[in-house]
Amino acid sequence: MAVSAVLFYSISAFILVTGLLAVTTRKIFRSAIWLLFSLIGIAGLYFWMQMEFIAAVQVVVYVGGIVVLIIFSIFLTQQSGQEMLKPFRKRILVSLLAVLSGFSLTYQFIYRYKFVPSSHVPIDVRVANIGSQMLSTSAHGYILPFELVSILLLAAMIGCIVIAIKINPVKK
Amino acid sequence: MNEVPLSHILFVSTALFFTGMYGLFTRRNMITMLMSIELILNSVNINFIAFNKYLHADKLDGVFFTIFIITIAAAEAAIAIAIIINLYRSHQSIDIEDAAEMKY
Repeated sequence: MAVSAVLFYSISAFILVTGLLAVTTRKIFRSAIWLLFSLIGIAGLYFWMQMEFIAAVQVVVYVGGIVVLIIFSIFLTQQSGQEMLKPFRKRILVSLLAVLSGFSLTYQFIYRYKFVPSSHVPIDVRVANIGSQMLSTSAHGYILPFELVSILLLAAMIGCIVIAIKINPVKK
Repeated sequence: MNEVPLSHILFVSTALFFTGMYGLFTRRNMITMLMSIELILNSVNINFIAFNKYLHADKLDGVFFTIFIITIAAAEAAIAIAIIINLYRSHQSIDIEDAAEMKY
């Protein structure tokens, strides 16, 4: 087996094991840390697929932003050393059944489908190419979604402040 | 990179998706449910990147979809955490069962 295949299988095993631990461990802070490792593993998978820009965005936004935000909110809302309640056994059984049957059905479809790669010349995935296509106004440009998503981010920022603001009782 | 078939990458992303799904079904704590949603969104991103790399290497559309999904996921996580903190102030709990009523 080639080195890159070994690398792929070890990265995927890392992602899956840490992801599984993140959804099953009963201490919430550990769960956040396992999620952090899983996201780093996914960034490694992007590096393996030679998508360096996406890997960097993954590290910056998810590992540096969202996980820190989650840990922050864990500290704000509860005692981190406390164990969470164990879910009922019936709920575990039913969800395992649903998840396993869904997984086997989906993977069966994927396994049988014959993917046909396109025979065109591969494009160079550089940041310059990504940026010029994202901001181009031609038929294959993404300028409209870019502007829309910037408005969405602004709305989300204002919405967060409005929702989480603490309203003091009016002093008279 | 060509030694690994596409279906193996899709296996990883499908398994990650259903791991997140399992977490969403069994957890009752809002923050852990949010973590499960992040896992699900990441599995979708892996799919987009793998399809772009293996099937349509002459285009960049998968990259753009991934970037937009990451942006929207960040906005969603921020809003969700604001709602959770607000709910914790009024209910002193972030268990999903305690938030049955939506008005006060």
